[in-house]
Amino acid sequence: MQLNELKAVDYLNMVKSREISVEEVVRDIFQQIDRIEHTLKAYLFINLEEALSEAKKMDRRIKDNDIPPLAGLPVAIKDNICIKGMETTCASRILKGFIPPYDATVTSRIKDAGAIIIGKTNLDEFSMGSTTKNSAFQVTLNPWDINRVPGGSSGGSAVTVASHETLIALGTDTGGSVRVPASFCGIVGIKPTYGRISRYGVISSSSSLDQVGILSKGVKDTAMLMNIISGYDPLDSTSSHISVPDFLLSCTGEGIKDLKFAVPKEFFKQELNIEVKERVADSLNKILKLGGEIEEISLPNLEYALSAYSIIAMAEASSNLAKFDGIQYGLRMEGSGDLEDMYLKTRSEGFGSEVKRRLILGTYFLSSGHYEDYYLKAKKIRNLIRKDFENIFQKYDLIIGPTTPIPPFEIEERIDNQLTMLLADTYTIPVNLAGLPALSINCGFTSKERLPVGLQIIGGPFQEEKMLRVAYNLEQELKEINTVEPNLLF
Amino acid sequence: MVIDEKMATVKEIGEVARSAKLELSEEQLKLLSEQLNNTFSFFAKTDKWDAEKIQFDYHKNLTSLEHYHEDIVKPSLPQDTVLGMTRCKKNGSFEVPGIL
Repeated sequence: MQLNELKAVDYLNMVKSREISVEEVVRDIFQQIDRIEHTLKAYLFINLEEALSEAKKMDRRIKDNDIPPLAGLPVAIKDNICIKGMETTCASRILKGFIPPYDATVTSRIKDAGAIIIGKTNLDEFSMGSTTKNSAFQVTLNPWDINRVPGGSSGGSAVTVASHETLIALGTDTGGSVRVPASFCGIVGIKPTYGRISRYGVISSSSSLDQVGILSKGVKDTAMLMNIISGYDPLDSTSSHISVPDFLLSCTGEGIKDLKFAVPKEFFKQELNIEVKERVADSLNKILKLGGEIEEISLPNLEYALSAYSIIAMAEASSNLAKFDGIQYGLRMEGSGDLEDMYLKTRSEGFGSEVKRRLILGTYFLSSGHYEDYYLKAKKIRNLIRKDFENIFQKYDLIIGPTTPIPPFEIEERIDNQLTMLLADTYTIPVNLAGLPALSINCGFTSKERLPVGLQIIGGPFQEEKMLRVAYNLEQELKEINTVEPNLLF
Repeated sequence: MVIDEKMATVKEIGEVARSAKLELSEEQLKLLSEQLNNTFSFFAKTDKWDAEKIQFDYHKNLTSLEHYHEDIVKPSLPQDTVLGMTRCKKNGSFEVPGIL
């Protein structure tokens, strides 16, 4: 086994017991990047020199018994999360050349804990997409089949983890942007409760839906990093004061016999791929075998979720992205001389077609005469969806089902309408509307193409511990599946 | 309300694009109008809704709403740092084209 293939918790144990050095691991990671990155195109920026220099410094600290919690852990970061002094573009031409003068809170927390940043990862421009095809700079490929999408919008982060170009990564999730790529790439992806992790320094797409998440090679890795980045931040007024437990305690082998699971019948409708259905059914059987209780339930307002989500997400994005006007930072195109013309030229040149489409729609939804018909109605639907979930969590501990209705699809597949575009996010979007936590783990593969299938575990607000406990138990049951690796000989 | 009444014209989309500070060619505008009208039909599901009696509220996870604190003045980013991200600056300010 190469050192870049280690899980994060195993890395920490081995580094802290001095079995391996930080520099060795970081060098193995850069060798892997050198070998496969030209094909996969997961990184937008690779922090080679600084990472190697930090690794050497960390090895000296460890030698002196000054060992911080993350002890040089290599981390990749989605390129919509600010890192002081490192270009942050959101995969958009409009931010090309933008060097943030400050760290996002998640960045400063992992840096303070001793992590080493390997690079910035590709995404759909401003997180608008489920494929990572909508990047202004490059298309990221799925390591399980390079003719297929890795999911999105945190596709770059998911690919770096699945192909061992880092040990762990940060992403963001607005409607499934961590869980969908985790599912498509066969890894673990968590979207915590809205407010659990600070959004300060994360370039907003849709502020009431966005949340920072983690992409990892194992449930314990996720729990370990959750411990570092969770908790109240005075710089984010939407971050929660609720205390942060030790999430690693959820991964100690305690069983799940005391837990009741709800399976929404709406997640098993016609659009669900038969092989995805079979793999999820296998996992439900394993839960029963472990002593969990499962019942079918209904979330009656789920059919409105995609519409409500689209309206809210686009409306918020049109407001959030109004600040990109060419004046303070990023791209600036001079027009015919007046200010209005400069705005028009800069934004028209800087944004890609999908972003423009969403900004125009969002502006339309918020405009006088349409606000009540669309935006206000969507907010009401959102409330009803949240209440549906609240009712379920009064009787059940967790909701379980597929992460996506389909396995990863081909890059060239035509996406010609809004419904198809959001199809991959069908089961993840309601979670963001309700502000709930959810996690995706790999639960098997399709039989012919050997493509990963994700299982989604949804918790009540701030119930990440229960989710992690179930995921850890299932991971033990699915050990054989989780030893399967993508063939990276391109 | 039926969808036909919601169909947006090329002219209307042009006006909305202008408010979003986006400039589109005639061809792009026509294509986008077609796409947007397809998208509006996607939202038709919400037409079945009688939303009059339903309330909306905000995230219940926002415990910060229960924790008010005094305003505390802290140092901001230095002016040079802020101005360092643009090539158009003058006399310690951002420089923009004239409005009048």
